[in-house]
Amino acid sequence: MDYLVSIKKILLIAFAAVALTACATQKKVGKQVSAEAEAEVVKSDVYTGQETVEYLATGVPDRVFFATNKSVLTTAARDTLRKQAAWMRKNKDVTVTIEGHADERGTREYNLALGERRANAAKDYLLTYGVSGERITVISYGKERPVNSASTPVAWSQNRRSVTVKAN
Amino acid sequence: MKRLFFVIFCFFLLIRPTVALIEVDITRGNLEPLPIAVSSLYHEQGSQEIIQGEKIIKNVGEEISKIIEANLKRSGLFNPLKKDSFLQSSDIAHIKPRFEDWRLIKAQALVSGKVTISENRLRTEFRLWDVIAAKEMIALAFSTTPDNWRRVAHIISDKIYQRLTGEEGYFDTRIVYVSETGKKTRRIKKLAVMDQDGANVKYLTLGNELVLTPRFSPTNQLVTYLSYFRNFPRVYLLDIETGVQEVVGDFPGMTFAPRFSPDGKKIIMSFAKDGNSDIFTMDLATRVVEKITDHSSIDTSPSYSPNGKYICFNSDRSGLQQIYVMRSDGSNVKRITFGKGLYGTPVWSPRGDLIAFTKVHNNRFYIGVMRADGSGERLLTENFYQEAPSWSPNGRVLIFYRETRSDEEGKGFSAKLWSIDLTGYNERLIETETDGSDPSWSSLLSK
Repeated sequence: MDYLVSIKKILLIAFAAVALTACATQKKVGKQVSAEAEAEVVKSDVYTGQETVEYLATGVPDRVFFATNKSVLTTAARDTLRKQAAWMRKNKDVTVTIEGHADERGTREYNLALGERRANAAKDYLLTYGVSGERITVISYGKERPVNSASTPVAWSQNRRSVTVKAN
Repeated sequence: MKRLFFVIFCFFLLIRPTVALIEVDITRGNLEPLPIAVSSLYHEQGSQEIIQGEKIIKNVGEEISKIIEANLKRSGLFNPLKKDSFLQSSDIAHIKPRFEDWRLIKAQALVSGKVTISENRLRTEFRLWDVIAAKEMIALAFSTTPDNWRRVAHIISDKIYQRLTGEEGYFDTRIVYVSETGKKTRRIKKLAVMDQDGANVKYLTLGNELVLTPRFSPTNQLVTYLSYFRNFPRVYLLDIETGVQEVVGDFPGMTFAPRFSPDGKKIIMSFAKDGNSDIFTMDLATRVVEKITDHSSIDTSPSYSPNGKYICFNSDRSGLQQIYVMRSDGSNVKRITFGKGLYGTPVWSPRGDLIAFTKVHNNRFYIGVMRADGSGERLLTENFYQEAPSWSPNGRVLIFYRETRSDEEGKGFSAKLWSIDLTGYNERLIETETDGSDPSWSSLLSK
């Protein structure tokens, strides 16, 4: 009986040790992956991945991403906005709201202004591609409505965005 | 009168240093807090108890002394001694303290008092004694309705603070802030107001729309804030007593970052249009709107100097967010921050000499102060995220909010109110029922 108990103990300890090692390795791999993932999806401080993106119609992404404290449209952002403009020209009765957002790494009031500037950068681009200003309203949420609640560089890059939302 | 006191004080200091009245130097941090004995205010025989809602307060004198102790302790300048070490009973101490008894427990100051409740009046007497010099420093009496008993405690605390530090206190004040609950991606925010010590919380909005950045009017009756009511982010005014809300002005776009002018007649705020935010004022009586800045950059977070002659604000006209000062008509704009990093949320001290700010450098957030010309920068506290300092009415303490880092799953987020002394010492969490942010300190309620 005693013998059995001690075998059980040994087995348990052995199992715990294996489990612990497994945890440790997994953690390490996880970290490496996230660092690589960050390098892959965030280029020059702008999010280039697909994870949070939704679609207004097939092939028409709803959002564009910005660099920290910036409202300059990247090549990819302009590409997306041209698709949105084409979709709006095709669907003449659609009106939209462009929501401007900032990440959590700035002061609240400045971020409100920054979100407004980002939403207007997107709006201006739609205007130059033939969408009437009357069909677009803008609203800034500053840092109040993040899409990803993590405090990581990838999450912050996903939150620096303007999102075109169908309003009718 | 103040000067006269000072002269007399110096006289004593020169002639007989042993009877110099005790005082607390609040300009230095890290000093030994003054040992003070706050005796329970003696509850006179036959006095009624106080009934507040469900709560019955049997011994209001003891409760008042507890609040005084908590206030003094929180200031970091005083060390209230344990009551079980007191040798003399509170009723006799109030009439004639046996100073050697109080010296024996190392008290340097003694607070004594008496409360009487009859015919729905609360009468409070209190005395402050200098134990070392064996002298009475203050003797005062108040009469009010019994439900004001907490305010009586705060007013007594202010009198003690003022007598021992030579500066006005800040205990009989309130704080308006934003109460936060719910998920980080969809926070529910309500305006809330509480006493400076966290008691008497009242929620002023229901949480149906996003509300941000509330600030008191100089008389503390009104609060100006940003509300997303019907998805139109605009600056509003709220009368705390009546609950009446109104939108400030008729702007065709977002207005935000509001504050009152020192005379309470105007609201200063930002108005965003076509991607450009400028600073405007609106006169509350005449409704006249004035444009103060005109620049293609983001100009926001304006705050008046206490004399109303200048405005500090932050702008990214240099390419990065920095702090500027201008005359109140918008002329003579001067950048005052040139250190490494970004600078925002400037707020002028009620004394006029300093500006508190948030600084962001190497992805860390600092609360700091500097002189109004930008010189003498001092960083008081560093953290993962903190911003939006607001001054206590005596300009000695700053309140701000701090957010914690969330993990990869977005867990672990919190927003809390904190305070820190101008000296950089005495950093304290201010307990609130819910998470909190955007705190703003009132002026003294009894003035």
